[in-house]
Amino acid sequence: MSTQPLLQIKGLTKHFPLKKNLFGRGDVVRAVDQIDFDVLPGETLGVVGESGCGKSTTARLLMQLINPTAGEVIFDGALVGGRDLPLKEFRRQVQMVFQDSYASLNPRLTIEDSIAFGPQVHGVSKQESLARAHDLLERVGLAPARFAARYTHELSGGQRQRVNIARALALQPRVVILDEAVSALDKSVEAQVLNLLLDLKDAFNLTYVFISHDLNVVRYISDRVMVMYLGQVVEIGAADALFDNPAHPYTRALLSSIPAMDPEHRTEKAAISGDPPNPINPPSGCRFHTRCPVAQAICAQRAPVLGSPHSAHPVSCLIYEPESGYQAEVKSEVTA
Amino acid sequence: MTTPYVSIENLNVTFTGGARPVKAVNGVDLRVNRSEVVALIGESGSGKSVTLRSVLRLHNERRTIMTGSIRVGEQDVLKLSAGALADFRGKTAAMIFQEPLLALDPVYSVGAQIVESIRRHENVTHADAHKRALELFERVRIPSPERRLDAYPHEMSGGMRQRAMIALALACKPQLLLADEPTTALDATVQIQVLLLLRELQREFGLSVIFVTHDIGAAVEVADRIAVMYAGRIVEEGPVATLLRAPRHPYTLALLRSRAHGAMEKVDGKRPQLETISGAPPDLSLPQTGCAFAPRCTLANDACKLTQPEANTITAGHSARCLRLDATA
Repeated sequence: MSTQPLLQIKGLTKHFPLKKNLFGRGDVVRAVDQIDFDVLPGETLGVVGESGCGKSTTARLLMQLINPTAGEVIFDGALVGGRDLPLKEFRRQVQMVFQDSYASLNPRLTIEDSIAFGPQVHGVSKQESLARAHDLLERVGLAPARFAARYTHELSGGQRQRVNIARALALQPRVVILDEAVSALDKSVEAQVLNLLLDLKDAFNLTYVFISHDLNVVRYISDRVMVMYLGQVVEIGAADALFDNPAHPYTRALLSSIPAMDPEHRTEKAAISGDPPNPINPPSGCRFHTRCPVAQAICAQRAPVLGSPHSAHPVSCLIYEPESGYQAEVKSEVTA
Repeated sequence: MTTPYVSIENLNVTFTGGARPVKAVNGVDLRVNRSEVVALIGESGSGKSVTLRSVLRLHNERRTIMTGSIRVGEQDVLKLSAGALADFRGKTAAMIFQEPLLALDPVYSVGAQIVESIRRHENVTHADAHKRALELFERVRIPSPERRLDAYPHEMSGGMRQRAMIALALACKPQLLLADEPTTALDATVQIQVLLLLRELQREFGLSVIFVTHDIGAAVEVADRIAVMYAGRIVEEGPVATLLRAPRHPYTLALLRSRAHGAMEKVDGKRPQLETISGAPPDLSLPQTGCAFAPRCTLANDACKLTQPEANTITAGHSARCLRLDATA
């Protein structure tokens, strides 16, 4: 790989402890377990998976909103929280937009004050930060003369999300993490915000980590897509390659669950049955083996390894591991 | 022409609880035949859920003014007495909601809630009702059903809870199922399972279904007809295939085009911008003149701002409320 990744994530792990039981043994929720991936400068990395797969926890770990149990985040070559890159400096460079546009804005601040707050904390004068806020409101399509002095409850959901985006950009970050940022919006408004995000990315040379459960939206906006299942990464690849030729059985099941949009060829059979298992006691071996349509006995014993994050299309599945003990006859049937 | 099983005529719903009355539904006409699935789609605030809830009269009667008529079978729902309404709910028409954790009672096991519902409407013993609850759990394919009957709602996963709520709704063999975004809160792989289950049960029991959703994809999977709502009115209605392939109302057209689904082809290595609908839906507490979509519509002319368009029939079963249908052919 020629370009150095902007963000390198190595062995990142987060276990949330549960209440201890009678015998003093506490279970843990393995929300994120040993994940490795890179975010390249200027790209949009989409992250998909079902609830409980750890995609939001990953976002929070990236932002250092919660402390990892293990693992490290390296930003532009420097360890986050280390001597070369203190947390405050890192947070200026990486900003986040959340799903709930209402809960993530302070109801007592006007929207110009909300946007100007961050820069002021980071030492920009009040006057300059307000000027920057007006500038950004203009950029996100909210005329400052009409909107700057409003409070959050006076805005619609789409307008509030525009404010959140403006606020994230107020510190001139290089990376923006969008955690289900358009999921709560109606379709017509969602399209407006997606277009805005693409415009801003070009204008400010941004890198996005775009987390969503909406597979169509992820495909539309992402350059590369990472698929997560039960706290682990199962597949990473270029958006079109991954959607056209999904390699992991879970990715295939996920993609075939998208409603068909064709009344003459409705979906006849669900690709997999049941709900995702509980991340407190994840299945042994490959975590997907309990729902996998092509699982073999070996899958319950041996955990597959995701290929190097630098390769083009790493997959974590025994089918693709030579000498893993997975019976190859079945393999040819599957890939055919 | 057979008489429709459900017939909603000129339904108006106004909420009077706030500072200004909100006219949430403004003259909805909808007919659903026996064994037919009609999807009501629209964005938040379009009145789709309000319309659905009116069929069971779930709105607080002291803060709601409802006019028009809703007939289900032989019954005139808006004229039912309190006792008759309680008999009607669950027995003739039942509802499944978006969030089963809020719809199910947290302090009773799911099995007890189904047994209670059956015994409220039918004169059967507890043992017989329990047996039927077990059959229902098997029917909606809940794993280890015997054990799950004793489970409380919080002990089940999201998909299982939704199956349990479907079992509860079908407990008294209703003829009409009202579904309010039943799969919106579910994950993709679970959503498709629940949609397929609903379709299967609908066929097996010959249910009439009104299915409210904002997800066109989900509607296409289950519905025979789709009605698109905007600002409290049905602006276009037709068979699923017609509505998808030959939509005529500018709002339906824009809605279908604004989906990321259609913009996957790359131009010069980049994806094209999505087509959007500028602006936002109108405030329903303010008086409306003319077509509610006119301020956002690229085809609107002066007449659109003054006249409320009537429903125009395009082909049999396909109609749209628009003055500019000449421009969308």
